[in-house]
Amino acid sequence: MAGFDKVVASYEDALIGLEDGMTILAGGFGLCGIPENLIAEIKRKGTKGLTVVSNNCGVDGFGLGILLEDRQIRKMVSSYVGENALFEKQLLNGELEVELTPQGTLAEKMRAGGAGIPAFYTATGVGTPVAEGKETKVFNGREYLLEEAIVGDFAIVKGWKADRYGNVIYRHTAQNFNPLAATAGKITVVEVEEIVEVGELDPAHIHTPGIYVDRVVLGTFEKRIEKRTVKAVY
Amino acid sequence: MSLTREQMAQRVAQELQDGFYVNLGIGIPTLVANYVPKNMDVMLQSENGLLGMGEFPTEETIDADMINAGKQTVTTVKGASIFSSAESFAMIRGGHVDLTVLGAFEVDVNGNIASWMIPNKLIKGMGGAMDLVAGAENIIVTMTHASKDGESKLLSNCSLPLTGKGCIKKVLTDLAWLEIEEGAFVLKERAPGVSVEDIIAKTQGKLIVPDHVPEMTFVSL
Repeated sequence: MAGFDKVVASYEDALIGLEDGMTILAGGFGLCGIPENLIAEIKRKGTKGLTVVSNNCGVDGFGLGILLEDRQIRKMVSSYVGENALFEKQLLNGELEVELTPQGTLAEKMRAGGAGIPAFYTATGVGTPVAEGKETKVFNGREYLLEEAIVGDFAIVKGWKADRYGNVIYRHTAQNFNPLAATAGKITVVEVEEIVEVGELDPAHIHTPGIYVDRVVLGTFEKRIEKRTVKAVY
Repeated sequence: MSLTREQMAQRVAQELQDGFYVNLGIGIPTLVANYVPKNMDVMLQSENGLLGMGEFPTEETIDADMINAGKQTVTTVKGASIFSSAESFAMIRGGHVDLTVLGAFEVDVNGNIASWMIPNKLIKGMGGAMDLVAGAENIIVTMTHASKDGESKLLSNCSLPLTGKGCIKKVLTDLAWLEIEEGAFVLKERAPGVSVEDIIAKTQGKLIVPDHVPEMTFVSL
């Protein structure tokens, strides 16, 4: 590696330093924009006792769901985990812990984590089970909850294109949580469909500036569709 | 006759205004998109990071990177924008969305809503619902008035864990249009052919019934 060149040669290199018990932030919404090859590499590597912060936990046999197969995940921090039978089983028999977090709070926890903001107040969750044990404060007559930021030992991110300096752009709604996770990893790894030369991407169109990114790896993607809906054609 | 799902969507659509940014939840709320009046521009917000959601794609245009908050493959309309989840919830929490429509298990006279968790049953998560109800000023809840066993879902106090506190003012059920004012449901309209007595019988929370309760009207599109 030289200077700002973030490109690594393999998925194995992309996850050097990932150890048992670490916290991983993962981009993606449902199966859209998930770092599917980095997840597969974590499975291959066999890292255990992980806390994974991700909006969802994949499905049986794809995405983060595959990390449940060998019980690699100890705890999930997610907003919605309903698409996964193995998840349900491990949750019910106590092998897996889950911290359900409102989706906007989850996004903001990552954003704040990456921006050096340790906690923030939000109206989301006031008066609900989410508020239990949390400090509250009234601003302008309304009650707000104090929510703490999240940072990860690793962030695993799926981009569309990156240049060698780690500037990343995302494709369509595959953006979702990816740019947030990217800011909040101590080591941020981005897998992309295409690596371009420095200068090819318009600086004004960069979603994730390279300063947040430590490693870039080139992959090929299945991009499985969770709910295939098409319009009726008459 | 109680309203069909389609009629409920039609009734909600009457609340749309030209230039509204609208977030539609899963289920009946999604159907509202089918009843946007032809002469009106409405932009649909999907909380996974899309403003300007279009119709479903064709087999030729389907794209795994283009989905809505229900994880369905969709398209964009002209003038759409795509952004991160934090930006999406900044819109929602910052009160920039003009109308939010979502389903619920229960609503009570204090505007509390329960929609995400039934204790001792599998808990899948709240998704974006807590953010939506906390952030929006203008919310319509759509649900059946009573359960299949006849238990009212319009209560003096929600029995299930809440999604949000004191945030609901408008409820459309299969029997009635109600608004929540000062600790009571106010019966504003009834479904065609449904009597006030039926609605009273199926409403557990305090209900104020004005002298005249008009039937809903539906204009054919």
